[in-house]
Amino acid sequence: MSWLAAHREVVLALVIALMVAAIGAYAPAFVEGTSLLGVLDDTALLFMLALGQMVVILTRGIDLSMAANLALTGMLVALVGQHGPDLPALAYIVLAILIGLGFGLGNGVLIGGLGIPPIVVTLGTLSIFRGMIVVIGGGDQVNASEMGRTFQAFPHKALLGLSSVFWIALAVAILMQLFLSRTRTGRGIYAVGGNPTAARYCGLVLERYQVLVYAIAGGIAGLSGYLWVARYGVAYSEIASGFELTIIASCVIGGVSIGGGVGTVPGTLLGALFIGVIVNALPTMQVSPFWQMAISGAAILAAVIINARAEAHPDKLILPEARRAAAGARG
Amino acid sequence: MAPVLSLSHISKGFPGVQALDDVSLTLERGSVTALIGENGAGKSTIVKILTGIYTPDAGTVNVEGRDRRFATPKDAWAAGIAAIHQETVMFDELSVQENIFMGHMPGGRLIDRTAIRDRTKELLARIDADFAPETPLKRLSVAQKHMVEIARALSHEAAVIIMDEPTASLSRHEIGELFSLVDQLRDEGRAILFISHKFDEIFRVSDRWVCLRDGRKVGEGLTAEVTEPELVRLMVGRPIDQVFPKRDVVIGEVVLEVEGLSNATEFADISFELRRGEILGLYGLVGAGRSEAMQCVFGLSQPTRGRIVMEGRPLAPRAPGDAIDAGISYVPEDRQEQGVVLPLGIRANITLASLARHARGWFLSSSSELDATRALGDRLAVKAASWEQPVMELSGGNQQKVVIAKWLATQPRVIILDEPTKGIDIGSKAAVHAFIGELVADGLAVVLISSELPEVMGLADRILVMHEGRIVARFARDAWSAEAIVAAATGAVAADRAA
Repeated sequence: MSWLAAHREVVLALVIALMVAAIGAYAPAFVEGTSLLGVLDDTALLFMLALGQMVVILTRGIDLSMAANLALTGMLVALVGQHGPDLPALAYIVLAILIGLGFGLGNGVLIGGLGIPPIVVTLGTLSIFRGMIVVIGGGDQVNASEMGRTFQAFPHKALLGLSSVFWIALAVAILMQLFLSRTRTGRGIYAVGGNPTAARYCGLVLERYQVLVYAIAGGIAGLSGYLWVARYGVAYSEIASGFELTIIASCVIGGVSIGGGVGTVPGTLLGALFIGVIVNALPTMQVSPFWQMAISGAAILAAVIINARAEAHPDKLILPEARRAAAGARG
Repeated sequence: MAPVLSLSHISKGFPGVQALDDVSLTLERGSVTALIGENGAGKSTIVKILTGIYTPDAGTVNVEGRDRRFATPKDAWAAGIAAIHQETVMFDELSVQENIFMGHMPGGRLIDRTAIRDRTKELLARIDADFAPETPLKRLSVAQKHMVEIARALSHEAAVIIMDEPTASLSRHEIGELFSLVDQLRDEGRAILFISHKFDEIFRVSDRWVCLRDGRKVGEGLTAEVTEPELVRLMVGRPIDQVFPKRDVVIGEVVLEVEGLSNATEFADISFELRRGEILGLYGLVGAGRSEAMQCVFGLSQPTRGRIVMEGRPLAPRAPGDAIDAGISYVPEDRQEQGVVLPLGIRANITLASLARHARGWFLSSSSELDATRALGDRLAVKAASWEQPVMELSGGNQQKVVIAKWLATQPRVIILDEPTKGIDIGSKAAVHAFIGELVADGLAVVLISSELPEVMGLADRILVMHEGRIVARFARDAWSAEAIVAAATGAVAADRAA
């Protein structure tokens, strides 16, 4: 079990590979190259969102408002696309990030500044964001034909067989990996989540990190909001409804500890991929939509149980021979 | 009169420590016995044996003529022994009646609410408590919570009631009321074991006394026939036989000056100077406000008055980061809770308080981090598989070394050590003592917060004694005696011996 805990990402990757092979045996169309790339493309938004959620969970928090932020920001930029002149795609991207960041900052200030529990704050803002979409959109939806040409075209641009959404997700993942593993602030995020009291003695103030991580999660949600609306060509109040739970599930499957301080970028990406494969495979296997939800739920539960068992009480390495063995295993 | 409870030849050891060594003790009906002794003398171990938390290695516990073995706290309750603890351990969110009957609710599978309320009313009336059975516990004061615990003891018809420093957080008025309640319980014929550090309380309530020192019984008798100086002598009366490193350090210029530091509720008028190469001992009973005052110097809380000067510059730390930057480190008492980040590796833990030193532009240099980790880890002999190993896999002693390494990595000029040897065995203690000697030899200045008198007297150049949030005595090395220090710490006298 200790090997499993130390090599969680490898195990998860193997499980996903086995799963793809098994599905391929049943529905060969699923493992054709374009189809597999399609899974990556389709899961790209989940990759990004799960990384944003991971940063929050690392600080012992949770952001239930990410999907609602995505939908609200998506609606706001869609309205800009509808009523404004044709802007370059980069302008929409920057605008969406800023709007989402602003909403996330609101969460962060309520949580870090006023000390209200994250679950309460983000449950509240979830409702507010969803309600706001109806208010500002006047209850209508914005359709593809109304959005503007560059607005809509960007997510469909392709490079090496993958869409721009995937490449943006990859860029977010690389930046996140650098941020978490190589910067002082990234190290601080692990520390305040791993032991807030010890971190405080080291001069790391939890509250400041809370403001930061909810802003990051918000910025990513906002970026995904534009990409989502532009990709699917519609903005309305129920976009990504319930998706917050899929995002959190990706993190948990990927080995992010709800207790804080534990989680990696590759793990989270694999967690999201695990869900992406299931969600994409089931329809090709002609499973009924009702069964699809139950099966993906069961698969998530199974992954979480395996993770929890690997995480339970690692033994201390006190015996000299145990230390040597661990040193060998670590390479 | 036959004793209601007797402990005969009880011994209890832990790895590296003999907590109790052949201790015998009897409690009589209608009598209050005071149990006295320094921190670490074995008082809490006795309480834990009587309440079924520890089982003794040797010796017998006899209750009302029958030998008993308490495997669990429930066995002790069943035998009629109830304890009231320093910090009450109860359920804050539940009501008074639920707290009293938790674990022995009347009724079968269904709880009989009326019976609980009626019996609680009756119990509260017996001790003149003026709150309702339905009151949530969190609405009560500490004194009222003690009354709930006493009511709980009465609900078991406990013949023996243990009070473990019950007055620690009570006001003078509340203490008076508690003592009348103790008198009442004694008159009802119960046996009471009263544990306190405060001599005025011992002389006020107790009939008999028993004194422990280093896990042995060193005396007992009737309270009416003993004087306070005699008790103090018994408590500390041992030659300081532990060997402390002989240091030959030249004490240099003043590094840290604290003047009149106060906050609203925890400490007042804390003033001292600390010099290069000096160890300043800060002695007092648990809860005297020593850690709180030093945490304020470190920026963990804000003073209402007073000033701090570090190396000639005024310092007003708003958070620990400011104090760390100014060259102050604080090694906290609880290493798991306040010291290490368990899921992070050794390297990340050791560099956590000094990350700025390893930043190259936006990024951290892992080679620079590893160099620092290797240097300190080797110096402190941290035993690990690799420097990336998560700290949760290390033994307690190695975790402690990681914490110390972390604070040394900030290259402090002043290091505050809060109970550095608490809960570790004698061998590790000697290593820590030697290490403190090395620190001052390197030119650091050390504030040593310790509740162990031999340790403070063995290591410190000067000792400040705190009692109830104030410095009540200052001693220089050539002008102190164990008796005078303990007397000051227990509030018996206020002394000021030119220090």
